[in-house]
Amino acid sequence: MSKKMSGAKSLVQSLESAGVDVMFGIPGGAILPAYDPIFDSSIRHILVRHEQGAGHAATGYAQVTGRVGVCIATSGPGATNLVTPLADAAMDSVPMVAITGQVPSAAIGTDAFQEADIRGITMPFTKHNYLITDPLEIPRAIAEAFYIASSGRPGPVLVDIAKDALQKETDFIWPKDLSLPGYHPQIEPENQAIKDAAALIAQSSKPVLYVGGGVIKANASKELMQLAELLGAPVVTTLMALGSFPDSHPQHFGMPGMHGTVGAVTALQKADLLITLGARFDDRVTGKLSTFAVNAKVIHADIDPAEIGKNRYADVPVVGDLKHTIAALIPALKAEFTKGRADLAPWLTAMNKLRATYPLGYDLPKDGSLSPQYVIERISAITGPEAIYVAGVGQHQMWAAQFVKYENPRTWLNSGGLGTMGYAVPAAMGAKVGAPDTIVWAIDGDGCFQMTNQELVTCALNNIPIKVAIINNESLGMVRQWQTLFYEGRYSNTSLESKRVPDFVKLADAMGCVGLTCDRMEDVDAVIKKANSINDQPVVVDFRVFRDAMVWPMVAAGTSNDDIKIAREIAPDWDSQEL
Amino acid sequence: MSTHTLSVLVENSPGVLARVAGLFSRRAYNIDSLAVGPTENPDISRMTIVINVESHSLEQVIRQLDKLINVIHIAELKLDESVQAELLLVKISATTKNKFDVEAVLETYGASIVDEDAESLTVEATGDAAKISDLLNALERFGIRELAQSGLVAIERGSGSLADRTLSTQSIPTADSGQADYQN
Repeated sequence: MSKKMSGAKSLVQSLESAGVDVMFGIPGGAILPAYDPIFDSSIRHILVRHEQGAGHAATGYAQVTGRVGVCIATSGPGATNLVTPLADAAMDSVPMVAITGQVPSAAIGTDAFQEADIRGITMPFTKHNYLITDPLEIPRAIAEAFYIASSGRPGPVLVDIAKDALQKETDFIWPKDLSLPGYHPQIEPENQAIKDAAALIAQSSKPVLYVGGGVIKANASKELMQLAELLGAPVVTTLMALGSFPDSHPQHFGMPGMHGTVGAVTALQKADLLITLGARFDDRVTGKLSTFAVNAKVIHADIDPAEIGKNRYADVPVVGDLKHTIAALIPALKAEFTKGRADLAPWLTAMNKLRATYPLGYDLPKDGSLSPQYVIERISAITGPEAIYVAGVGQHQMWAAQFVKYENPRTWLNSGGLGTMGYAVPAAMGAKVGAPDTIVWAIDGDGCFQMTNQELVTCALNNIPIKVAIINNESLGMVRQWQTLFYEGRYSNTSLESKRVPDFVKLADAMGCVGLTCDRMEDVDAVIKKANSINDQPVVVDFRVFRDAMVWPMVAAGTSNDDIKIAREIAPDWDSQEL
Repeated sequence: MSTHTLSVLVENSPGVLARVAGLFSRRAYNIDSLAVGPTENPDISRMTIVINVESHSLEQVIRQLDKLINVIHIAELKLDESVQAELLLVKISATTKNKFDVEAVLETYGASIVDEDAESLTVEATGDAAKISDLLNALERFGIRELAQSGLVAIERGSGSLADRTLSTQSIPTADSGQADYQN
């Protein structure tokens, strides 16, 4: 079926055909033709205050729903403001489609007003991108963009469309099929790889399930639970995987990595087999790579073959969708167990003892000021594991990873790979749009909050009642922690003075939100309950916390996981452990 | 470090060279040479890339290249299983006096004179890297004024072709309310 219409109308019809129900954006000159048909479209367009907000909102929406998040911006600065969220989505494998207007095709390459080569700029961190100058190509490009963004290892795709292509009359023909000769993601794992993996697992006496964000992307939590309980081994979930396996499960050892639990870090270090599911041996997990899990063989299952062997050699590589891979592994492992299996009892005894000896914890500040960890722990306890928690980047992010109790996938959003400060408020906005009936708490730092808080205006005006906990330590806290530990306490440019300026309560009020404040431990529960009771407006709570709280445990950057510290200059007492 | 020749079939679409070159640059892979040209299929171009890698990361290079949507197929062409050639154009100082000497050298290498004037000769030669290098050494004594050299191109020996084996394109159905079908 072909219908005559403008390229702009063809774009909107294509987005509708691709199943888009919401997009976040800001109009401008080059994209303006598209905004006319958007006015009449069934797609909800949310007018944000900064394009970066549109991009992170699309990410938040995608992370919560599993659908493709969509953002739209004009040429030049509109497009370049999307660069950070696109890079962020690429690092965290988020399915996203970004639409940008481009100057008219005759002006491309002339340094025209608001011209930026956004296709060239975003090549390194989009899964794919397009520059469209012929309106006839719009439907196919949009169909391909959504397919590429959401299949295989998900990622962002940008479609840049010249203004004249939006203005010209064209035929709208939604493609019946797509032909991408260079793109064939492997869904089903090879049988032999599954057999080899099962055999290796059955022989292992110290296995660990090393679970990454891929398990959430593949919606494979149920399969993971079955595999984990069949095997009985410790499970560690990376920063991107929190919620894929319940924190409350007795096999869960927590998060590994730079600020991981002693149990999770040590389980990886001492294992004889890493059953790696959708994780990528990131430097924040491995510490110094040459000293990481030196006695372990590696099974590496991932949908992206390029991740396998990138940082760590894989004894058994398994390429495929994790839902299919884990589902295939379960019967293969049962079959292998009928022939016999290694005894895990000594390993589990030692690991359980270690975990019990070194639980996550924190000291209350001696000066009577409010503990940031306590605040986060109480938000979790009062709001519960059905809520969605979104963090920025820094100390508050690590505490939210450590002290919120996660039971379900897609309830924890953060910028893991790129480490984008300012992610929380716009991502929480997108999350709330994707899950309007769920409480969404942004746990943010005072530094992060001051980067992107303008989207609270968008939330207030569009009935997106998120809740924001500012963990206000009046500092760039994680940088300050490093200055404390590695720069002799020389606090160069990390003091934000945010207990003085701005007044977050007034700021919240000015942006159409409810502003609350709290600086005493005894008031924490009441203020959280009050925030949870307000559902017709966004709420901002300024939690004024102890400035010098630090994130522990810690493996200093570039050092070995064996050198994990549970507090400043305090290592676990390895001699008393039998591993 | 070791040298490998990759033959890369890519969609003939705008920006594809930038995508490949950008990948090599941002992942810090070393390119010795790169040659791009058309193939028997107008929709497909062939890039011949000579790279210098540690042996363990050749696989990484290939897998990262393969992630580019426009890259259709990648094959390593081993020296003994392929024909490899570069093109050399070199301008040397020559007069009627020494032209015979030059011609004697050129004959040995199957090279030919493609342009000449009173003071110079322009020589065209093709061959593998070793042959081109030997020829240049032999011509050095006449005085090399300028040279232009192409990247290496290569093709596998025998009747097989990369295109036969790889271009079976499967089409992906789209649905009208497409998105649900795209979820994984």
